Amino acid sequence: MAQTLYDKLWQSHLVMDRDDGSSLIYIDRHLLHEVTSPQAFEGLRLAKRPLWRLKANVATADHNVPTTPDREVIKDEVSRIQVETLGRNCSDFDITLFDLADRRQGIVHVVGPEQGLTLPGMTVVCGDSHTSTHGAFGALAHGIGTSEVEHVLATQCLVQTKSKNMRIWVDSPLSAGVTAKDLALYICGQIGTAGGTGYALEFAGPGIEALSMEGRMTLCNMAIEAGARAGMVAVDQTTIDYIEGRDYAPKGENWEKAVAAWKQLHSDADAVFDRDIKINGAAIEPQVSWGTSPEMVISVNEPLPLPENEVDSVKRDGMKRAYEYMGLTPGAALADITPDRVFIGSCTNSRIEDLRAAAEVAKGRKVSPKVKQALVVPGSGLVKAQAEKEGLDVIFKEAGFEWREPGCSMCLAMNADRLEQGEHCASTSNRNFEGRQGYGGRTHLVSPATAAAAAIAGAFVDVRTVMNQGAQ
Amino acid sequence: MKAFTQVTGIVAPLDRANVDTDQIIPKQFLKSIQRTGFGPNLFDEWRYLDQGFPGQDYTQRPLNKDFVLNQEPYTQAKILLTRQNFGCGSSREHAPWALDDFGFRCIIAPSFADIFYNNCFKNGILPIQLTEEQVENLFHLVTENKGFTFTVDLESQTIKAGDESQSHLLDEIKFDIPAPRKSSLLKGLDEIGETLVHSDVIRAFEEKYHSANPWL
Ligand code: SF4
Repeated sequence: MAQTLYDKLWQSHLVMDRDDGSSLIYIDRHLLHEVTSPQAFEGLRLAKRPLWRLKANVATADHNVPTTPDREVIKDEVSRIQVETLGRNCSDFDITLFDLADRRQGIVHVVGPEQGLTLPGMTVVCGDSHTSTHGAFGALAHGIGTSEVEHVLATQCLVQTKSKNMRIWVDSPLSAGVTAKDLALYICGQIGTAGGTGYALEFAGPGIEALSMEGRMTLCNMAIEAGARAGMVAVDQTTIDYIEGRDYAPKGENWEKAVAAWKQLHSDADAVFDRDIKINGAAIEPQVSWGTSPEMVISVNEPLPLPENEVDSVKRDGMKRAYEYMGLTPGAALADITPDRVFIGSCTNSRIEDLRAAAEVAKGRKVSPKVKQALVVPGSGLVKAQAEKEGLDVIFKEAGFEWREPGCSMCLAMNADRLEQGEHCASTSNRNFEGRQGYGGRTHLVSPATAAAAAIAGAFVDVRTVMNQGAQ
Repeated sequence: MKAFTQVTGIVAPLDRANVDTDQIIPKQFLKSIQRTGFGPNLFDEWRYLDQGFPGQDYTQRPLNKDFVLNQEPYTQAKILLTRQNFGCGSSREHAPWALDDFGFRCIIAPSFADIFYNNCFKNGILPIQLTEEQVENLFHLVTENKGFTFTVDLESQTIKAGDESQSHLLDEIKFDIPAPRKSSLLKGLDEIGETLVHSDVIRAFEEKYHSANPWL
């Protein structure tokens, strides 16, 4: 029978079907960070349970870490205890840890693929909802809770029930100035933040094939924002080229064998999806979120939507509440909003290609005096090093951006990087929830290029216009 | 895992859609390395008028009197009635920990986000999915009859009035729940222990799998 990519990944990891209708699924890679793991390790200790497979686990500290140069001494005591606890747990259980002194340290979803720890055909889990990112490699990857972190550590398996299949078919490549982030936001706007609930989501079609691995990661990263725990893209030459030569990638004879197997990782031509959505890639414009849910998003040149046009009363109430929280007026233009801060970073958009796209806009231009702070936070120590090799740090600094050390930073403001009450932010992160970037903060989700354009213009403008104006 | 069989308690109506886990328990409280103590900070940004931080004496904080959980009798609520896509966003299990710590044992909504739904079961909380229409009717019922109680029974998969004298206001509702979820929640099993019963099967799978995929 014809199978989808998800069916194939499920089948190859099926340890057993249980009596009650659920299944035991084998887990290849388990990534850990400091926030969702302490209670899991504590549980193991209490039950005196060993790790099932040591080498499946790799850890890094990211959520709490400062991004300033003196970051190795964390001043916030509670944060420090959490990062130290991760260190102690990893050394007690002998787990590989990229700590703050290691240049491989970074956001867990940037580090995994960058190291070749994420490979096609794997099941990848982490106590973090953006684990969906790793699906870009033709892997089955999703976030889990802390109880499941403990379950994976102790058994190398998870108890799962199979999801339904959904495909988003993007029929044509995106236009110039439009990125995978705009596509991700557009999809959230189209299907809603619960649109993918209960589904494993595959992104396919010419528009997806044309994306780089960075772009595919950005897209799969935000599958969770569209309600799907897992997003994925079939393996092609772009995937294989990205992995070759990475530290943890297979080598020699194993490489050949692996590549041969990976080439099977795509949905069969006649596979049937429970839900199939078609999107015209070329028609998508740069997107900006205006409200407090990733589905509250519009094209940059559209006016803010009118709640009275919404027929669903629950949605209408949600829009009104969002307007109140965001301090915005229905019908207004995005160009009338000044971002107090600009944040370029997060597991969605902190990879080298993202930084290049932002630097291209920043080059030879200056951050508007209306903007209080513009931060660039690379996703990992290696991304940072690469960007510095290419001189991107100099471009950013000359334009007036701050160039930081890797971590989650202002994506969720668990460290010192945060919005003040009432401030608007052009952010390349993935969630515009109330308070996400700081108490009372107001987030607008955008692509790295649009964020850089917002920094320069001091307003949410069409990045294509900024680029056409040339550098000052 | 805690078991769930039946609960009778006050139903608090939280009339919002897309309540995300950042709202259920804001990030600053995720710095704790414990599983307990999150109750006072459940819905922190909606419950208090000031900004919360870990370790603070919450009894001294100014309350947002408009927020449902600050109004009597909802401070004693055990059942939360809410709107679609509850628990979206982050995978933090701190969200069900906080709900549990506050006293909630059951959440009723038209839909839940996948990871949150899963995390509830790990903590003995029963998430019940009803239709939009049923939820709408229940909102009317509990707002018109403040302090209305439900009895939720997992074995029979039913919701009815908690107080006999009010049973004329609510016809018994049957709810669906996936069979595997029901059985594990009723028994409150140690899931890891249950899986480890199959250690031999896992080991045999692993051996075959790794010889077929030698690069892993
Ligand atoms: S960058 Fe943001 S979304 Fe990504 S893992 Fe860190 S906190 Fe989560």
